[in-house]
Amino acid sequence: MSGTAVALLVAIAALVSCGVFLILERSLTRIILGVILLGNGVNLFILAAGGPPGGAPLLGVTPVPQMGDPLPQVMVLTAIVITLALVAFLLSLVHRGRQLTGDDEVRDDEEDRRVIARAEREMAWGRIAEETARVRRIEAERGRRAGRRARRELRAAVREERREIRRRLRAEWERQMAADDPDRAIDTTMEEDTR
Amino acid sequence: MSNALVPLPVVLPLFAAGIKLAIGPRLARTQRGITVGVLALIVVIAAVLVHQTDAHGPQTMRPGGWPVPIAVVLVVDRLSALILLISSVITLAVVVYAIGQGSADKDEATPLAVFHPAYLALVAGVSDAFVAGDLFNLYVGFEILLTASYVLITLGGTGARVRAGMTYIVVSLVSSMIFLIAVGLCYAATGTLTMAQLAGRLDALPDGVRLILQLTLLVAFGIKAAVFPLSAWLPDSYPTTPAPVTAVFAGLLTKVGVYAMIRIQTLLFPGDRLGTLLLVAAALTMLIGVLGAVAQTDIKRMLSFTLVSHIGYMVFGVGLATVAGLAGAIFYVAHHITVQTTLFLVTGLIERRGGSTSLTRLGGLARVAPALAVLFFVPAMNLAGIPPLSGFLGKLGLIQAGIAAGTAGAYAMVGVALLTSLLTLYAICWVWNRAFWGERRQVPEPGQVIEGRRGIGGTAITAAVPPPAMTGPAWALVAFATAFTVAAGPMVDYTRRAAAELLARAPYIAAVLPS
Repeated sequence: MSGTAVALLVAIAALVSCGVFLILERSLTRIILGVILLGNGVNLFILAAGGPPGGAPLLGVTPVPQMGDPLPQVMVLTAIVITLALVAFLLSLVHRGRQLTGDDEVRDDEEDRRVIARAEREMAWGRIAEETARVRRIEAERGRRAGRRARRELRAAVREERREIRRRLRAEWERQMAADDPDRAIDTTMEEDTR
Repeated sequence: MSNALVPLPVVLPLFAAGIKLAIGPRLARTQRGITVGVLALIVVIAAVLVHQTDAHGPQTMRPGGWPVPIAVVLVVDRLSALILLISSVITLAVVVYAIGQGSADKDEATPLAVFHPAYLALVAGVSDAFVAGDLFNLYVGFEILLTASYVLITLGGTGARVRAGMTYIVVSLVSSMIFLIAVGLCYAATGTLTMAQLAGRLDALPDGVRLILQLTLLVAFGIKAAVFPLSAWLPDSYPTTPAPVTAVFAGLLTKVGVYAMIRIQTLLFPGDRLGTLLLVAAALTMLIGVLGAVAQTDIKRMLSFTLVSHIGYMVFGVGLATVAGLAGAIFYVAHHITVQTTLFLVTGLIERRGGSTSLTRLGGLARVAPALAVLFFVPAMNLAGIPPLSGFLGKLGLIQAGIAAGTAGAYAMVGVALLTSLLTLYAICWVWNRAFWGERRQVPEPGQVIEGRRGIGGTAITAAVPPPAMTGPAWALVAFATAFTVAAGPMVDYTRRAAAELLARAPYIAAVLPS
């Protein structure tokens, strides 16, 4: 294996691993950076697939047996153009996402959000059940008087928990409605422009 | 044998898209004429190609007249000709529907300036993937159709579409990268990308290398075809787009992935190695898809899950790797493209008439709009596989192929396929009961703005009786799907010949590489 091939291999490995790491992020900007790195890694890989380097593949300049393989370079050129166009499109999507929601996060899908909401609710009820058991224990151990105060605290905690869930649901719903309303989005654009 | 018709399904829509981008939103009537005219011309070309490939074998075209390993060769055989014909018919119907919707929404500038060019580019990409005789050209075809689909899925830039678009685009990008890696691997291993040459050279490779190549390609196409466990992106991203876009995505894009799977499994990696893996993936796709469908309360989401589920039927046929299995898969592709597109178009009509696609809000539509009820009922029963419709024939073909294969795995698949079909019927009946039967619930007054739904350009949709320009294409597609039943005999024979041609490999290779 020649030195160039090893250098290419190391570069490909570094680019692809960094690219994969960044693509797994939440922020779309980082994903774009990941796509660029991964794309470059794959392009280098195709170049490496073309075999050992050679002279310029032009008749009359290089003798035929010493020519490099031109086909991988042509393919890489096409792939570069495609990646460029996609990065431009993704950047505009980041801008639009920021206009609509204030960040560039890739959201969970609907099913995931439903599952998360249910899990949160169950966890809240689990906490309340634990608290109830604790209050009962106090009542049994130290008599009603001490239990009454604990019970009052428990009721307050349940109220607080309910309020918190409701607040979170409403905030999520409002964010959704706002994001789905193109008129509002256009307003924020104009605000930004005047600022 | 060189045929000048082969590149036209790619060249014509690209050319038309270029003209449209140049003139922008002006000359509305001429522009609509160009779009419809070009797509109608492709239907004719595809029909001629079906006839020619059936009579004279695979048709090829070498652009620039270069000899084969240098030229980026285009090939149409029976399989690609048939799928090209079906896809061109539905793209034509969908664009007529979209034009109808644009004029119903009084929203014509955005569709003309953005929707039409992107749509034509999508058609060009789909056609390119079907006629590609070269692995890198297949990649380019995928990229053209994906890039166009990125524009279409975020059309209008509303919040829901941008959110769904992000997931869709990131997933598609990853699948493209995997495909590109596979292309590089194939080139490194064999020194060619022309599929007819690959077919010979791959056979000579060591077993392990072939397995890596096959698996990488299958993963890339599995993401595009939405085969479980690579299907999670689909049901979330499709329902937010406007009705015509969802319809063409659901009908075509996943089938391009299935087509690519059929192509590599027959031409590049013959024999049924990995057949068991495909059968297991098919069974899981069917079951998990349909269980998801049963749990939905929105028609669009329910249909997206059945879409995933029924991809399993086609993968089942591919996994069997027999003539009967592949013939069943090809018939099923043709049937499913048509029926899934029709159902999404009809859902767009339901949304317009009933004010929603949520099953908690719709009710009693059969009395309000009996024609719409028929329009939903026929393709829905077709999807579930009620005789004598084409869904029944497609499932029958696959199940017969499974029983003929006779292995334990194939028998298990037959059971899963029957169960899936039953559960699909359950999901469809539930939609029918909730939305069309029962007491009449709030049907919005004509002119009332429908909340949370957006038209092609992101403008609000108002409730109305859908105009004939929208119902017409839906009726035409229902009639087209019914024609499959009428012409079932010749069509099944054709798919058998196509499958035999695929498994023989020699006709394809001989057409590309005349010795």
